[in-house]
Amino acid sequence: MKFLTSSRFSAFVPFLLAAVVLFVLAPGILSDFRLNLLARYLCFAIVAVGIGLAWGSGGMLTLGQGVFFGLGAYAMGLHMKLDDAGPGRAPDYMPPTTDWLPGWIEMFRSGPITIAAIVLLPAAVALVLGLATFKRKVRGAYFAILSQALAAAFALLIIVLGSQSGNYTNGTNGLSNFRSFFGYDLNDPVNQRMLFYLAAGFLLVMVFIARQLRNSRYGELLRACQSSEERVRFLGYDPANVKVVAYVIAAAMAGIGGALFVPIVGIITPMDVGVAPSIAMLIGVAIGGRGTLWGPVIGAVGVAWAQSTLSEQFPAFWTYVQGALFIVVIAFLPGGLASLGSVIRNARGWWDDKRGRPAEPPVAVTDDLKTDVGSRV
Amino acid sequence: MGLLGVAGVLALTACGSKVNAAADGGPSSSSSSAAASSGAAKESCVDTSGDSVKIGFLNSLSGTMAISEKTVQESLTMAADEINAAGGVLGKQLEVIKEDGASEPATFAEKADKLIQSDCVAAVFGGWTSSSRKAMLPVFEGNDALLYYPVQYEGLESSKNIFYTGATTNQQILPALDYLKEQGVTSLFLVGSDYVFPQTANKEIKAWAAENGMEIKGEEYVPLASGADFSTIITKVKDSGAGAVFNTLNGDANVSFFKEYKNVGLSADTMPVVSVSIAEEEVAGVGVENLVGQLTAWNYYQTLDTPANQKFVADFKAKYGEDRVTSDPMEAAYTSLYLWKNTVEKANSFAVADIQANADGVSFEAPEGLVTINGDNHHIAKTALIGKVAEDGLIYTEWESPAPIEPDPYLSTYPWAEGLS
Repeated sequence: MKFLTSSRFSAFVPFLLAAVVLFVLAPGILSDFRLNLLARYLCFAIVAVGIGLAWGSGGMLTLGQGVFFGLGAYAMGLHMKLDDAGPGRAPDYMPPTTDWLPGWIEMFRSGPITIAAIVLLPAAVALVLGLATFKRKVRGAYFAILSQALAAAFALLIIVLGSQSGNYTNGTNGLSNFRSFFGYDLNDPVNQRMLFYLAAGFLLVMVFIARQLRNSRYGELLRACQSSEERVRFLGYDPANVKVVAYVIAAAMAGIGGALFVPIVGIITPMDVGVAPSIAMLIGVAIGGRGTLWGPVIGAVGVAWAQSTLSEQFPAFWTYVQGALFIVVIAFLPGGLASLGSVIRNARGWWDDKRGRPAEPPVAVTDDLKTDVGSRV
Repeated sequence: MGLLGVAGVLALTACGSKVNAAADGGPSSSSSSAAASSGAAKESCVDTSGDSVKIGFLNSLSGTMAISEKTVQESLTMAADEINAAGGVLGKQLEVIKEDGASEPATFAEKADKLIQSDCVAAVFGGWTSSSRKAMLPVFEGNDALLYYPVQYEGLESSKNIFYTGATTNQQILPALDYLKEQGVTSLFLVGSDYVFPQTANKEIKAWAAENGMEIKGEEYVPLASGADFSTIITKVKDSGAGAVFNTLNGDANVSFFKEYKNVGLSADTMPVVSVSIAEEEVAGVGVENLVGQLTAWNYYQTLDTPANQKFVADFKAKYGEDRVTSDPMEAAYTSLYLWKNTVEKANSFAVADIQANADGVSFEAPEGLVTINGDNHHIAKTALIGKVAEDGLIYTEWESPAPIEPDPYLSTYPWAEGLS
């Protein structure tokens, strides 16, 4: 029984809880339609885990995760379209006269290459971009603007690749009308369920990776970079390298989220990868609590769920709610919903103090909140 | 450490085998056959046992398209209210469920799925952009449900689960070209937004021009995002000396285009512009002073002098305000609900298969005139109208096709169009 109470075990309680919710509760009580929606939210949650690492731990305000999400999504989308078309044939959205496809499209015909590309493409782009910016000590708002510009340019690139000679990406219409996912019929509800389990499984694995990183020596370094890059440098580390690693991992996670998004939602367009969706991905993380392990996941799922439900009840009203929620969280709860507990504790302490009762000693999280406020960009 | 990895692998393999078990019986893993989608369609959950039946309106109420799509939802609502006041469809009142497509294709797909699977609606009405329709198409085919789509589009599509009540190219663009030719225009300059509708339309226009001895003096595209700089393009247009401009620009771009057009001294007299995306709603936005005398191609104008239209316009103004105007997509949406009603009553059933089987030949005396469903391609026969923008901001018919034109989305009856689709 000692095992049960050991801290090593208790660290896994949230994982077990999440696994029970995702693999037992959700499939048990949700209809096929709602389960599919939840699967979509989980894709954003996977992206959020990466943002939590890059932004929450590393302080990199990345406003361009849509790029990496899009790279993974379009890799998967192209593979599925080519797979549907059959060997040697062009996807149905291209002109029927298309008898030759460039190598960079043709390579997605292969399943293994596609799966590798989903992780490696975003990682490679993030590596180049990360080295180019962090080595030059570009950070804070400048990095945020740069990453956002990249998202805008990427969405435009997808459109251009769909309009100039060849129609490789189907432009603004995006890739849709998929029939199969690695041979499985997408219209079969059983296969939709499989996709949900796949997304849930990947999410847990991603959170686990994030946890191991956060608790490692590297995690310490990453948080140190957020607090003061100069001091990290004095200690003999190159903060640029430390940050690039987190940025690359976040990009790969976004790529995986994007790749799962395509078979689950059934469509990917430039509108899902541009500036607005990139910011939406960030809002969930901010609301959930970027500095915590599970905050980004809860925030991403919560915000996406609220968006679906509220827009069903009050169409056209959601945008205002999202904006208001963001403002409220930034203003009153900079640590996100995950810090709600400690904020309430502090408030009670303050209340008790006022009424002359002995106050609880200040909780360590207050410091967290302070650094949070201080490092806000 | 390994605990989660094990749990993950277990979970994945567990559901993998589940799928294999199902795949043995079902039509899974067939990737190249077109019939795969219909084979696995989900059971419909539409409930017609009560004294009401649900239908869904899916339009963008937020985002960039909201300004246009809200008007479509208004005319749909008006049609539903009229039908309910007159006793409903097959004696059942219509219960409308409205959803917001948020100007995002993925949201359109999500909400369509919700309307079909969660709300169990008998049919969905809505969509505007081609990307929203393309996003919804697999949802409707996968669920074997019905979508009524009310906007003119680029053609080259025909789904058994979609009824297209706006014009396809041979009912809008080709008549406009014929009209220009008749007016003695011998050369054209093509200007459009950089996305699928203008590109496809211009491909067709070029094929038509090659056949009809019309010279294409130039072809320019601007990005969909607003703020495009038109000075270079307008200079090219002016220098080209073309007989007319064929304009497939969408949205805000029209404002800068027509302002610049006027600035350099071009006008409807020197070089007329035919627009296919500017209707009554857009005229005010672009500015009447910039548009007076310019041409448009549609199948409906507010000024049409039919009894059905007089009633439609009067009712719409009474319901939504005297200063409001009615436009082609609004009319096509209004018409789509009546066409669905007439088909349901002919089939005496709300079931999708019965509606598909009975759709051919169903007609409606619409504000634009008589329209009839073509059962083969699910488009409707419509009269083409070339109009001219007047000082009062309304559009008046200059020319109309002698009879409703049969829809031909793949232009299969036009030899010059071979190889386009």
